Amino acid sequence: MAVVNKPVDVVIVGFGWTGAIMAMELADAGLQVVALERGDDANTEPNWAYPKVVDEIAQSARNGLLQNLSKTTVTLRHGKDDTAVPYRQIGSFKPGQGVGGAGIHWSGVHSRVMPEELRLKSHVTERYSAKFIPKDMQLQDWGVSYDELEPHFDRFEYVCGTSGQAGNIQGRKIEGGNVFEAPRSRDFPLPPLADPPTSALFAKAVRELGYKPYALPAANASRPYVNSYGCQLGPCNFCGFCSDYGCINYSKASPQTTILPALYRKPNFSLRTNAHVLKVNTDSTGKKATGVTYVDAAGREIEQPASMVVLAAFHLHNVRLMLSSNIGKPYDPETGEGVVGRNFCYQVLNSVNLFFDKNTYINQFMGAGGVGQAIDEFYGDNFDHGPLNFIGGGVIWGRQTGNGPVRGIPLPQGTPGWGSAWKQAVKDNYLHSGRIEAQLSNMAYRGCFLDLDPTYKDAYGSPLLRMTLNWQDNDQRLSEYVGGKLQDIGHAMGAKSMSGRIIKRGTDWDTRAYQSTHINGGTAMGTDPKTSVLNKYLQSWDVPNLFVLGANVFAHGIGYNPTGMVGALAFWAAHNIRSTYLKNPGPMVAK
Amino acid sequence: MAASTSEVAPPTATPASNDYAPSFFTPAEWAFLNAACARLIPNDDNGPGAVELGVPQFIDRQMGTPWAEGALWYMQGPFLEAKAEFGYQSALTPKQQYRLGIKAIDEAVQAATGKPFAALPPTEQDAWLKRIEKGEVKSDALSLKSFFGSFLLKNTMEGAFGDPLYGGNKDMAAWKMIGHPGVRADYLEFVAEAKPYPYGPVSLHGKRG
Ligand SMILES: Cc1cc2nc3c(=O)[nH]c(=O)nc-3n(C[C@H](O)[C@H](O)[C@H](O)COP(=O)(O)OP(=O)(O)OC[C@H]3O[C@@H](n4cnc5c(N)ncnc54)[C@H](O)[C@@H]3O)c2cc1C
Ligand code: SF4
Repeated sequence: MAVVNKPVDVVIVGFGWTGAIMAMELADAGLQVVALERGDDANTEPNWAYPKVVDEIAQSARNGLLQNLSKTTVTLRHGKDDTAVPYRQIGSFKPGQGVGGAGIHWSGVHSRVMPEELRLKSHVTERYSAKFIPKDMQLQDWGVSYDELEPHFDRFEYVCGTSGQAGNIQGRKIEGGNVFEAPRSRDFPLPPLADPPTSALFAKAVRELGYKPYALPAANASRPYVNSYGCQLGPCNFCGFCSDYGCINYSKASPQTTILPALYRKPNFSLRTNAHVLKVNTDSTGKKATGVTYVDAAGREIEQPASMVVLAAFHLHNVRLMLSSNIGKPYDPETGEGVVGRNFCYQVLNSVNLFFDKNTYINQFMGAGGVGQAIDEFYGDNFDHGPLNFIGGGVIWGRQTGNGPVRGIPLPQGTPGWGSAWKQAVKDNYLHSGRIEAQLSNMAYRGCFLDLDPTYKDAYGSPLLRMTLNWQDNDQRLSEYVGGKLQDIGHAMGAKSMSGRIIKRGTDWDTRAYQSTHINGGTAMGTDPKTSVLNKYLQSWDVPNLFVLGANVFAHGIGYNPTGMVGALAFWAAHNIRSTYLKNPGPMVAK
Repeated sequence: MAASTSEVAPPTATPASNDYAPSFFTPAEWAFLNAACARLIPNDDNGPGAVELGVPQFIDRQMGTPWAEGALWYMQGPFLEAKAEFGYQSALTPKQQYRLGIKAIDEAVQAATGKPFAALPPTEQDAWLKRIEKGEVKSDALSLKSFFGSFLLKNTMEGAFGDPLYGGNKDMAAWKMIGHPGVRADYLEFVAEAKPYPYGPVSLHGKRG
């Protein structure tokens, strides 16, 4: 028999970015809130203190801050008729674990979304035609508009102390900022970070090519900052240990640096770590959540009753929990019916390494996760897709994120992997190479989805989530097109040679090399319960006292990094819970 | 062949020492590891090689960590054959990879030349390593191509370029060779300048080079 805890108003599953935002907002509304986190507690002191954390062996080679895959992972396959195999080692994506989640070891690129991405189906139909959408592509509108979300994008940026320069304030275009961006209500809280060599070379080259570079918005503080919760950030010193690492300087926005100190002072909030949630419990009607069941560090099964349940366990765990809890109809790729697991997408990333002469110092050991210059000429529908005949786009950037030799030293094509010639090449290139990338939207397809694996189980006996995904023709052609621009930019930057990874027609999804942790879709938000799991307020259509956060709510892929959107949506959901739901708990949109 | 392994591994956090006795590797395995490391990163005009850097010690010490038991990975079966894009699908832990991998290579070399790998001249060792890297040397026990790329070579690079406290990168010589400042992690004044960085490396123990 499970131990039963005292009932609370709200139980939050997972305590990373979205869990922290929701906990803060609902505790602030006076509710009794409990957060359950499967990993350990963690904080700047002592976990990410200098110099302990800046250890490439512990963090990058042995994945010190990442999800322990021996406990739970996912399975992978390219198509629905293949047999999936487990993701046994960390490869192309890096889920987090412990208080702060992936919000600790993320990079900090902090973008929004383009208005037309939220109504892509309508937009494409209006500008091109309904026939422009390939047969198996499952486009749909998200049900929420950019204007509705704007205050929440702004809120999250001001919580994070994001560094950047506006390109469009209330319709007024500003040179030097991103002139393609959707209108923002005011400037960024902090000015842009200084440009490291890669970004400076990139900006100069793209300007010469006729593009309009802008400083990538970064949740790495360029100045000291105090946010609305009274949490303080110090200036980023470009330490070069950002992505994969916890920040030594209180500079990278994370739940710990921007929310938790204020949240922990609230007596109506409590946190339980080493609490792995197995499922959401529902009553006999299946239409009301009664709480969750979790396993504690001692292996005991414990039930936590609550009036409201929030899933904030990161993309793949949110989807897995919905499937394991039998909430919402699972997607069936044969019939195209069902919703949970539908529209699973994974951002496309193309990378090109640039090798310069001996007098060009890039110093790749310096850098910050979010610092860079970017262009948006090939984002969303900023360019005419008519003659190109594909849908989607993305950002091209010259970032300098910081890199060390254990993380891998990129070398010119044809260099041997070892021996004296390799050694000479490492010596010649380490200080003189940089990287440019194109990060692109990935659309939703009938054959790309999530469900429960029939064979493999986690350490708690639950089936693993199964990912069925491969690159499709539309996205491969988009990638080839934008990939070509990378070559032009690399030449204009003066690279003497380049080597890279461009996804093309015929390229299969490779799960080995790190790509990004930007997986999305699976519990889409939307206007139609036949194609979405959640309404526009991220409330379950089937179980109205269940709210689901994370990039899993995306209806399909976007070109920008997801967390700006994920954080804004968490504030949006919290705002509507506070202003509407709590007064009259029940469906906020009629089914 | 004598196999003498002790159960107790030395602590992972000690810099390389000159009179090191391996805990995990047998004398024959140790001879292979030292010989292979010396070819992967040779001692030459550009700087010390993997052996001088202490890489074999690094690898031996890593054998005492949870990683070497496969404890960081999902290791439940069934273990199926899959396309390379799906990553590691073997049931073997890093310890087993080294044990079986070295044995298989030494047996193949012995059968062809009458000598173990470590006794071959360097040019022949290079030729064998190239064939192994390409997947041309086969074993029933494991994929030697994967042992080479995902363990032997990868761990050699980790040992050479990781912090000296793990037993490799003696005197931060690999960092000095490429101009990496180690764990200085403070570049505010330098980041906007495309110039040589003026300071030498610092290690986790606070040593300066
Ligand atoms: C290396 C890296 C770099 C990144 N860089 C960027 C970037 O530059 N820009 C950007 O926009 N995004 C970036 N991201 C993505 C970003 O980190 C995520 O979008 C963000 O953290 C998602 O927030 P979340 O709340 O959904 O999940 P998380 O922050 O990961 O939090 C989820 C938490 O839930 C816990 N949990 C999971 N399952 C359970 C369970 N069953 N029971 C209890 N607890 C559970 C987890 O342990 C975790 O702590 C990056 C990610 C990585 C890994
Ligand atoms: S680069 Fe800046 S934000 Fe990133 S970890 Fe280092 S100090 Fe923190």
